[in-house]
This record gives sequence, C-alpha cells and structure tokens, in this order.
Amino acid sequence: MRRLQKASWVLLLVVAVASLFASVLAPANYATQFRQAPNAPPSRQHWLGTDDLGRDRLSRTLYGTRVSLLLAPLAALLSTLIAALVGGIAGYCGGRCQRLAMAATDLFLSLPWLFLLILARAMLPLNVSPAASVTVTFGLLGVLGWAASARVLCAGAASLRNSDFVLQARASGLHGWRLLARHVLPNLKPVLLAQFWISIPVFILSEANLGILGLGVAEPLPSWGSLLRELESLDGFSGQLWKFVPLALLILVVTSFQMILSTDEVTP
Amino acid sequence: MRIRTIGLRLAAMAVTVLLGGILSATLVRLAPGFDADERQLDTRLSPESIQAIRQARAQDANILVFYARYLNRALHGDLGRSHTLDRPVRQLISERLPVTLRLVGAGLLLGWILALALSLTATLARAAACDLIATALGGALLCLPSAVLALLFVWISAPASLAIALVVFPKVFRYSRNLFAAGYAMPHVLAARARGVGNARLLLWHVLPAAGSQLLALAGVSVSIALGAAIPVEALCSIPGVGQLAWQAALGRDLPLLVALTVLVTLVTLIANSGADLANQALRTHPA
Amino acid sequence: MTRRSTLLRCLLLLLLAASAVRAQNGGTLRFCLRAEPKTFNPLLVSDDASETVRYLTGGVLMRLNRQTQRLEPALATSWKLSRDGRSISFTLRDKLYFSDGTPFSADDVAFTIRQMMDPALHSPTGDSFRSAPGELQIQVAAPNRITVTFPAPVAELDRLFDQVAIMSAHSPKKELAVLGPFYLADYKPGSYVLLKRNPNYGKKDAAGQPLPYLDEVRLDIQSNRDIELLSFRRGDLDLINSLDSEYYDRLASASPGLVRDSGPSLDSEQMWFNQVATAPIPAYKRAWFRDAGFRRAISDAINRADLARVVFASHARPAYGPVSPSNKFWFNAKLPAPAYDKQAALQRLQQAGFRLDNGVLRDAGGNAVEFSIVTNAGNKYRERMATMIQQDLGGVGIKINVVTLDFPSLIERFTESFNYEAAILGFVNVDLDPNEEMNLWLSSGENHAWNPRQKSPATAWEAEIDGLMRAQASAVDIHQRKQAFDRVQQIVYEQAPMLFLVNKNALSAVSNSLQGVVPVVLRPQTYWNIDQMALRTEVALKPVNKDRH
Repeated sequence: MRRLQKASWVLLLVVAVASLFASVLAPANYATQFRQAPNAPPSRQHWLGTDDLGRDRLSRTLYGTRVSLLLAPLAALLSTLIAALVGGIAGYCGGRCQRLAMAATDLFLSLPWLFLLILARAMLPLNVSPAASVTVTFGLLGVLGWAASARVLCAGAASLRNSDFVLQARASGLHGWRLLARHVLPNLKPVLLAQFWISIPVFILSEANLGILGLGVAEPLPSWGSLLRELESLDGFSGQLWKFVPLALLILVVTSFQMILSTDEVTP
Repeated sequence: MRIRTIGLRLAAMAVTVLLGGILSATLVRLAPGFDADERQLDTRLSPESIQAIRQARAQDANILVFYARYLNRALHGDLGRSHTLDRPVRQLISERLPVTLRLVGAGLLLGWILALALSLTATLARAAACDLIATALGGALLCLPSAVLALLFVWISAPASLAIALVVFPKVFRYSRNLFAAGYAMPHVLAARARGVGNARLLLWHVLPAAGSQLLALAGVSVSIALGAAIPVEALCSIPGVGQLAWQAALGRDLPLLVALTVLVTLVTLIANSGADLANQALRTHPA
Repeated sequence: MTRRSTLLRCLLLLLLAASAVRAQNGGTLRFCLRAEPKTFNPLLVSDDASETVRYLTGGVLMRLNRQTQRLEPALATSWKLSRDGRSISFTLRDKLYFSDGTPFSADDVAFTIRQMMDPALHSPTGDSFRSAPGELQIQVAAPNRITVTFPAPVAELDRLFDQVAIMSAHSPKKELAVLGPFYLADYKPGSYVLLKRNPNYGKKDAAGQPLPYLDEVRLDIQSNRDIELLSFRRGDLDLINSLDSEYYDRLASASPGLVRDSGPSLDSEQMWFNQVATAPIPAYKRAWFRDAGFRRAISDAINRADLARVVFASHARPAYGPVSPSNKFWFNAKLPAPAYDKQAALQRLQQAGFRLDNGVLRDAGGNAVEFSIVTNAGNKYRERMATMIQQDLGGVGIKINVVTLDFPSLIERFTESFNYEAAILGFVNVDLDPNEEMNLWLSSGENHAWNPRQKSPATAWEAEIDGLMRAQASAVDIHQRKQAFDRVQQIVYEQAPMLFLVNKNALSAVSNSLQGVVPVVLRPQTYWNIDQMALRTEVALKPVNKDRH
C-alpha cells in the first residue's frame, strides 16, 4: 500500500509539473491547425497524432491537463464542503431542522438544473474570457453537485448524535461548533473522501457536456472533457489506440487520487 | 399519534412536490429561448403565421397563472398537452414509466450487487491488488463519457440496464468500501479482533450496523443517481422511456411535460429517501 | 430432347419467373428519422421528419421528378396554367380511392385547397401560395375537373402543387386516409413510425404490376448519427438518406459500393453579421458590421477551400453566393469566385480605416477588433468551421470567440433580443426556385437574417433587392425572373451581408439489398421514387444452362 501511495504521488506530481511546463514541453501550440494533416496517426512531429482540425494531440493533452487538473479538484472540494455543512449540521441538530434540510435536499436533487446553466450562459457576456467562463462553469458544478452526498452525511451525523463518544464529549462540556468539528465531522470522513474522489471525474466530464450550452472551455482552449468527447465518434474502437491516451491518463490520475486519499486503510 | 405523524409526513411530501413543480416551471421560464420555436426560421411562413406562433407560446408567459391553471387541470386528471409531441402528457408518461422503472430497477439492483460484492471482497480479503483493480475499474467507468458508454453498449448489443448498473457501481463501491474500511478501523472493532472474534461476526455484528445508516441513505440517493443516468442512456440507446422524454422536453422547452416530469422525479426521490429514513429510524429504535 | 426434360425446363423457367417477381415484391424498407415527427397533418408540415412521412403517404396532383426536375402528372392527368399566372385548371384521374376506400374526386381537392389557404390555419404550404391578400376562387366543373384562381399571380404556381398532399373531404379517418404509396399504420413516439403499403395506390409499373413493390416502410427515430451508422453497417437499416461526410469516408473504405455522392447539394453554410440598429452590442462594433468593406475583407480572409477540405473531407465545395452551382438555371455563373487572399483582405481593411498594430487589428477609434461567432451546439461541422475561421481571422489580427449555444437560445437571440455579433448557420433549400426565400431577401421579412422586420429599407442596396424580389415574384416570364434574381446575386456578392462558406455534397448510403435507388440532389435524396424501389429478398438467381439435357 505504501509503495502504491508513493507511486501515486509521483505520478500526480509528474502530471502536474508537465502541465505547468506545457508551454516548454508541448511540441506545438495547442491551437495551431496543421491543415495538411487532419486526423493523422502518430508520427515524429506529432507523437499522439492530430485531431480533426490538425491540432497536435499531445500539446492539447498537456494544456488541457492544466484546466481540468486544477479546477476539477477545486470544484469537488467546494461541493464536498457544502455537503458537509448542510448534511453535517442537519444530522447533528436533528428534529425539524433535519427534516427541513432533507426535504430541501430532495428538492434540489430533482430540479432540472440544465435551465439554470442555460440562464447562467445567457447572463455572461458574449466575449467572456476563457478563464472567466471556465471558472463560472466549475463553480456552478461545485455548487450544484452536493445534494447526493449531503443525504448520506446527514444519516451518518444523525447516527453519531446519540453515540457514546459524542455523549461523553457533551458531558465533558463540548458543545455546538466545536463538537461538530472535533468529533462529528472527522467520523464522516469516509463519505467525505468518497464524495470528493467521485466528483473529480464527474465534473471533468460534465464540463465537456456543458459545452453544449455555451459554458465550459471555449475553443480553441482544450480540456480533458473535450479531448474525451473525441472518442464519441470512434469507428468500431479499433486501430486508433492513440486516441485513447487522454482517457488512459485520466484513469491513471483518478486512480492515483484514490490511492492518496485512502490513508485510513487498515493495512493487512 | 402514529397516524398523525404519518399524515404530517405525507402533507410535507405533498408540499415539497408542489414546490418542485413551481420551481422547475420558473427555471424553464427564466431560461432564454422559452418562447422560441424552430418554425420561426421557416422562410415559407408569412409574417402573420409567425406572429401566431409567437402568441401561442406567449400564453404560458406568466408562470404563476400557468401553474395555477396547471394544478386546476391536474386535479381533474388532465396533465396538459406536450408542445413538442402534441399528445396528452398523461398518456406519454403512463406509456413510458414502466419501461424506465424496469430499466432503473434492474440497473440499481445489478449495480448494488456488483458494488457490495466487490467492496466486501476487497475488505475481507484485505489484498491490495483486489482493491487496486476494483478502484481502477470504478475510476475507468467514472471517466467514460456516457455517450461513449452508450455507443459501446449498442455496439455489443448489451442490455441498457447494464449501462445504468455501471454508472451506479463506482459510486456505491467507493462509498461502501470507505465505510467498511473505516468500520474495521474503529477502536471497538480492533479490540474485538484482538479478542479473537471471527470475521463473519465482526462484519455482521460490528461493522455493518455502524455503516448501516449511511448505506441505507446511500440506497435512497442511488435511486436519484440511477434516474439521472437513465436520461442520457435512454436518449442515446433509443429506449422509449421517461428519460428520453425528459431529454426531448428539455431541448424543446416543453413546459407542461417538464413540470409533470419534475413532479414525478421529486415524488420518486422523496419516496426512496423517506423509505431510507424510515429504515434508519427503525434500525435506531430496534438495534440489532 | 425428351418430353420430360422439356417439362422440367418449363417448370424451371416458371420458377425463375415466379421468383424474379417475388424478389421484387414485398419486404420492409428501414431507415431513420432524425427527430420526432411533429405533426401528421400534411398542411402543417414544417420539419424534416414530418416532411418525410408526408412524402411517403401523401398523394399530390403533380409530382416533381427529382431526377429530371420536371413536373409529372400524378393525381392530375393534365393541367393548364392561365396566362396571367393567377389560375390553374386540373383534369383529375378517375376511379381512384383513398387508402380507406373513400372515392377521390374534385371535392377533395377543393377541400384541401380551401383548408390550406385558411389564414387561421397558418399552413406553411399555404403561405407559399399567398402572394397577396384576397379571396381565392375554386370552381368544380365536374367530378374530375377543377379550377383554382388566386387573388394575385403566384410564381411557379404549378410546381408548388408538388407540396400539396390531397386530403379527403368525406372520410371519417380525416388526414389518415391518404392517396400516396403508403399509409400510416403505427406510431410509437420515441421509437418508430410504421407505414404500410396502400392497396388503393393507383400507379402501376410498365408491366402492369401495381406499385409500390415494398410492403412496409419502417422509420426508426434515432437522432444519434453514430448509432445510425452502426445499425446500417449491421444490416438493420437499408439506407441512410443524408450521410455526414466523416461517415462517408469510413464507410467507403470498408464497403465502397454502399456510398453515393450526388454532387453539391442545394444547401449552404453561411456566416453573417448583426446589423440591427437597436442591437445591445457596442456602437463601434455595429459600425464595423455595417461597413461593406469590412464584410468583404472578412470574406477574403476566410480560406473556404480549407473549410471544404478539412471539415467536410472534401465532400463540399466553397460557396460564394446563395445559389448552389448545382442549381444550374438560377445560378449566376457570371459572378467571379473570390479567392482566399490575405493581402487583399488587409488592403480592404486599410481602406475601411483599420490598421494592423503589433499583430492586433484596430479600428479608426483605436478599439481592438474582437467579436464573437455564435453557432448551434451539437453540430460538429459548424463548430469546426468556426474554429478554423478563428485561426484564419487571427492571421489578420482579429480575435474571434467561438460561442456554441443550444438552438432555442439561438433563435431567441436572432429574432428577439438581437444579442449576438456574428453567426454561422446553414440553409436547407428544398426547392430550386428562389421565390421560397422571399422572406429572407425582403428587408421587411421575418427571416432577413442580419436585420429582420425593417419598417423601411435601411440601405439603398436592400431597397434595390426589395424591388427586384417583388418584380420576380410577379413576373410570369421565367427569363425575366432570372434577370432580376441574377442582379440580386450580384448585389449580395458586392455587399456581402452574408458570407457563404460551403455547399455540402449530397451524400447517402444504400445497402446492397435495395434495388431501384437513384440518389439525387433534390430532397428527398434517396427515396424520391419509393414506389419503384424494391428489396432483393431472394438468393441471387443462377442462369440456367440451356445446353444441358
């Protein structure tokens, strides 16, 4: 386990550094269209081939990592924090407060948020900078993605409310926020970590889907999500394995995250 | 007393469902393109015809009036008429609901079985390799865009409920694995192990009850996750269920259909989560 | 030669003949509708899917042969246009029945036309006939003779009847009683539309066999083109009516015999700038978009050849005007085809008061030239074209932001709020005749994309186009009409309110089991002669060796 964790840290560090130095490492600008060679297979100039418009896939993967690797975990953190607050407090307080919060959560889970996102795009100016557009997108994803885990956290907090050690802590004079922070939330860690880890790839993919609504990363800036969408029109999934490199990289990064997060594992 | 609590709960549910309807109607109304109709781009139409199209859409402009009228009709069993499909909403939903329920039900069952089996194996076997493989598999499934997954399924002619199962599996696996792992790390479980208590007893008497409440809540929430997954899976695999209906309604800003579907989804979500809550309460008042 | 062998040979020949006939009869044709049909009322048809169902089920008075592009008699055996272009008389066929057995007569034609022209119905087909307000007159001289007189001359009056599917006046089944080769048998929303052979379809082939050959047509509703291609390759579909260019090459490399390229279609992709006076965009941007020199410069700076080659894999041709070159009669061949010329673009921009300052183009007021191009999301080709144009215009110092939006949001911006700067969309031209685009070219028109619903023409050239379009609508001589529309094309070339980008080729895929398919450029491309299409259901027949005893 230890070795795996170390390997995961190394992998994540390598990917992060590579993306930070993308301008140095990338063989070409991510936007330059080599129009003589669209959809080209790997070659010496283009190690991962080119996409439909002749842009170097390796460069786009490196630059795309920046956006996704930075913002998706931040958005995941945001959604986990909101879930912790809502679920934790509701479960801990119990009674009517809990019922109200959970009804609101259920409502939140059922509403068609697509229209809020369309509205968000309409309120943004047409010529918005890519940075602003992407931040707004991931911010919205973070704010909208907390409902499912809030429910689980609430159940967990509720069961802890009457547990022995909480009663003990209360008896020894600990109340309110400090009790919540010291004793309840740490015991909710399994769910919080799970939620954080799941949200990262989910948000990366959602960002690509939001491109349909005009949100997300604007052309020609690449993102992992848009790179993965190339796979949608794959011909029989055969013979063009280099197109799967972004997917493989994402799976590696996501798995590494999990290896790092699982620090509470009982070692055999 | 019991009846009163149940009555209050039902009333609360009803209020939540109604609130869901009006909130969704407001969201749809506020989003731009509400009264846009593709026919406006038809060059054959005369100015009067285009005016008529605009006016027909403008009828639903005032949301409160629309909702009041909608509720009034709904009480008489008429859920309105879909703009995009030109059929009564009630007929559309009653035709398609069984399809989606079967799809989502099978997917949920399969997903949970798969997830629990893998997480229990990983926990009991305590082999790092098993954990790694299951995590990589779960991660891979989370990283695949749903369009690619659906295309793959159509290509190998696999049942679509498997697609839903594969969407539910990584999330349930991750949660349950973390919960079991934390359960085994608890002080009294470690003490019991030191005392020599067997694996099965440990699992059934100590770990599961601790994780139980959160697992039950997860069960309730996974219904929402599965319903959400049903929308792209049905749309892409051309399955005539409620999910496909929701997709078309969203694209066409079909207000009556969207309100009816939101109410339906809110109802299902509330029932699933209330069920989980009740089960949790029962567990707490009658501990194993 | 014994008697027995003669008998055997006769039997063999009979079997061959019988199986040859059987091979041409029956079977289910399967292809896809890309969206849900919105209506089955033939008078209200506006979208593609409903149009498909109407074409397959509706009987029309005259049918435009999509291959020869000539009008042929169908329900009407002959027709006569009056000299002033206002009225038309039909002689109808006798002894015809609707699919449910109701007899067909001039009453049904009168009923259909009256319904169609009802202003309260707002029928798109009816609106094509509405050249001026007023009452129309219908005279039924005999059960098989009818004359219709319109209040004003209608351009190409006879050809418009290709769109009018005759409905029954008396049948209890209303619009479900049809005169076409198939009738609507089953409809499962979201799944499929099933059409069955109309036993009362009056046409017969040269050998006297009743048409259509096919028993059923099954239209699956599938909007995902990858899955449509997959189904076709697996044999679940018999044809793909309009194939995307990226799938064409994929199929062609695996099975070259299955793909068809009918040449440039009538459709075009184009870009235009927002010229609305009240648009919520900065005034200096509005000034750029209203400057013809700026627009012409942008047109010069776009590499159309690259767009056709890269985005459409060379299955498209650069377009320079509203009319596709395959529309041979109406295309103005005298106009030059502007080439991609970055230097010429920069020159034009300089003349218009712009200057290149450190790689950034600035206008006379010092503002950096930056604007957005909106297009509809989900259309890969338009997104790619916008990205390529982004690079092309980057070469002359202009910064472009590509914004993809969902379709209802787009429509709202184009028709209500006018909150956009430049846009890329495509036109689907169903008819060769430019008169169907009247509402696009008239400055008061709803579809006058860059500045709709003008109370009076905002520019001199728009006023000139108004006059020319009205002249061609009321002229009866087709050469006069062509002269007027040629001048419209010239003005569009000089003023560039719309920058036409490419004309896509009409591509389709046809399975080997289908006989009689002749893909053409006019819609519907592959199944226009559906009543003569057949499925090869038998095994390939081996020739009999006549020398064997």
